[in-house]
Amino acid sequence: MNQAKLYTKDLHLHYGEIHALKGVSMEFPARFVTALIGPSGCGKSTCLKTLNRMNDTVPGVKITGKVLLDGEDVYAKNVDVPTLRKKIGMVFQSPNPFPMSVYDNVAYGPRVHGLKNRLALDEIVEESLKAAAIWEEVKDRLKKPALRLSGGQQQRLCIARALATKPEILLMDEPTSALDPISTAKIEELAVELKKEYGIVIVTHNMQQAARISDYTAFFLLGNLVEHGPTSDIFSNPKEKRTEDYISGRFG
Amino acid sequence: MTEKQSIISTRRSKLTLEAVMSAAFLLCGLAAVVSVLFISVYMVASGGPVIAKVGILKFLLGRVWNPGNGQFGILPMILSSIFATAGAILIALPTGVLVAVFLSKLAPGKLPGALRALIDLLAGIPSVVYGLLGAILLAPLIFKLQTWAGLPQSGSLLAAISVLSIMILPTIITVSETALRAVPKQYEDAALALGSTRLQCIFRVTIPAAKSGIAAGMALGVGRAVGEAMAVTMVAGNAAILPELLKPVRLLTTSIPLEWAYSSGLHREALYGIGLVLFVFIMIINAALSAILKKGGAHNA
Amino acid sequence: MPELSVSISSITAKKRRPQEALLYGFIYLLSGGAAALVVCLIVYVLAKGLPAVSFAFLSSAENPILETVGIFPSIVNTLYIVFFSLLVSVPLGVGGAIYLNEYAKNRRLVRLIEFAAETLSGIPSILYGVFGYVFFCVLLKLQVSLIAGVLTLAVMVLPILLRTAQEALKAVPESYREGSRGLGAAKWYLIRTILLPCALKGILTGILLSVGRMVGESAALLLVAGGSAMYMPQGSVFAQLSRSGSTLSVALYRYAASRGDNDTAFGIAAVLLLIVVLLNLLTRFFAGRLEKK
Repeated sequence: MNQAKLYTKDLHLHYGEIHALKGVSMEFPARFVTALIGPSGCGKSTCLKTLNRMNDTVPGVKITGKVLLDGEDVYAKNVDVPTLRKKIGMVFQSPNPFPMSVYDNVAYGPRVHGLKNRLALDEIVEESLKAAAIWEEVKDRLKKPALRLSGGQQQRLCIARALATKPEILLMDEPTSALDPISTAKIEELAVELKKEYGIVIVTHNMQQAARISDYTAFFLLGNLVEHGPTSDIFSNPKEKRTEDYISGRFG
Repeated sequence: MTEKQSIISTRRSKLTLEAVMSAAFLLCGLAAVVSVLFISVYMVASGGPVIAKVGILKFLLGRVWNPGNGQFGILPMILSSIFATAGAILIALPTGVLVAVFLSKLAPGKLPGALRALIDLLAGIPSVVYGLLGAILLAPLIFKLQTWAGLPQSGSLLAAISVLSIMILPTIITVSETALRAVPKQYEDAALALGSTRLQCIFRVTIPAAKSGIAAGMALGVGRAVGEAMAVTMVAGNAAILPELLKPVRLLTTSIPLEWAYSSGLHREALYGIGLVLFVFIMIINAALSAILKKGGAHNA
Repeated sequence: MPELSVSISSITAKKRRPQEALLYGFIYLLSGGAAALVVCLIVYVLAKGLPAVSFAFLSSAENPILETVGIFPSIVNTLYIVFFSLLVSVPLGVGGAIYLNEYAKNRRLVRLIEFAAETLSGIPSILYGVFGYVFFCVLLKLQVSLIAGVLTLAVMVLPILLRTAQEALKAVPESYREGSRGLGAAKWYLIRTILLPCALKGILTGILLSVGRMVGESAALLLVAGGSAMYMPQGSVFAQLSRSGSTLSVALYRYAASRGDNDTAFGIAAVLLLIVVLLNLLTRFFAGRLEKK
């Protein structure tokens, strides 16, 4: 029996005619950062989104195989998808704060999960913003529209918003691809800090980023999981020729 | 045709034609501007004198409309118009937004297309047909209510509200649906990823994000309800008294077709005056609409 | 840090959300109700009205002596009004759209024209009636007549035609314009040979919408074109246009409101609804074609 917090078993995904994931089996341990790398269209983002069932909203999608969270199949019929997504939070490629205040953005998750107590909400908002390393920058403008923040601040706000629902695992889908280098560095630091409490899965096309922050790395190509292991092994001593070619920049 | 054509001469003849066509199209474009100008001028010119003669306060705030006696107070009509419009919006806005939610977010497969076709049809039904249906189908039901309340059977504010709310429903549905569809998918993705259910996502994120579009739909609906004349004439009972739900009412619009044929002199002028008041109402609603749209546009940019 | 009040350890415990179920039920009920309402209204009108519709009903005039009713004069009046209004407003609307889309360089002028069109489309028909009466009937001495109705409705549908033509022209790819310009074609030539044919379906959609609006129009026409529906059309087109007369919608109002003759009113309502359904189908056909292109 696999002891990892979250793992997939022979996961296949079809978008209509397209076979986007071809039998992916891998694990995502708690309190580590796992990076998914590979060229555009290789299936890394698709794989990430199967973990909290965000592909469900895409029409014509068909998924077989298993995703298990604490030993429970995420795709079982009796799964409560909102509860699943509460446990597996997600940060998207481009910052997508809601068109409401900073406070209301962070409080959104707790509120939909039934928390109404004003003091408790205040506390969660502050904790989450602190955990996302943005509290100092926004504490005086919690009531201001979130869309007035800079791109980097918006992304950290989105991380705070995801943390506020107390997830166990945080998925990050190329979270820095729309950001400048300084904001990127802040998000990377944050990811390393956050792994003390959360399991983190990050999709990135930036190999240096994967090398800097991840403990495990998985390399995807054309829907296949080519190689998967400790980051130091993947980058210094890849077993597969295709992995080596990609990492040394020969394609992709 | 000569072998070596002079480029200058052809260009000149072409340029002349171009200039003529350009001017002609400009005139076509100005037709709308000229129309608005003329309508504004003639509404004021025809409706102004009676208001000056009667006195603006006496005209707007007078409670008695008795043209035979020289009394031209239109307060009952103003209030009835406001009440009827507010009532229609109160019914049609929530209904319309929820149907728009169904059309844009919940309906599976080809259902939205079919429902939209029916809604378009609803928008196309002539207002006199609504009036006829209101008088034949709806009025008897309200008669029962009136009998039960110990009131005489007649047209009523309630009938006017019911007919108006159905008439403005297509406008509100269509505009709200467009607004809901225009909400960026990333907002909804974020809400779902936080563990919202589909409905929580729609009511807490999508609808608030679409609120300026929905407000625009509401403003259009208000304009349509305030301006509707014939259907209301056929169901409202048309007594110029202060509005009550089960009693007959007369709106601003309905006095005009009702009394047009037999009015003359100051009486006719008073109808023009009602037209001017209605015109001002509509202009205010239009201004509100364009303010909403401008704000919405700035927000999206 | 406070716990979320409803935190469930397992994801496989389906949460009950009774309020949501209720809300879903409410939304489905309203949507189904709206659909059912439209179907019922149409079926009711047709069931109640079609029995009155016969060849004699459509082809004769009312005869008070024989006590027969017929709506032929109203049909002819409706056709006159629709045809001649379009004759005035289509060139103005399409021409105006061409100006806005192809010629106008002055942003403020464009905004002014668009604002004017928006304003026109917000003015209720009863006010078009008052304006049309004061301006066309009295000031231009056209009296209460079909021609006054024609001109009033032409102004009323102008914004519809302007907007649809403008949208159709916007949908023509910029590359066509560049291609034509590259061949040295002048603007008017480009408009005549490429833009108008490409925009034709959009313009037709606008025409159908306008026809729908005019067929259903009653308040304005009641004031400016009057209500006599009795006489069979006689004389030249000009003679007929200078008479007063009621269209189908106005006749319906007259029969229902002034005379209480609901059978005839429902007969006319059935005819109107059939026209509306037909126009809707045609609009869908053209609009669908336009999207596919």
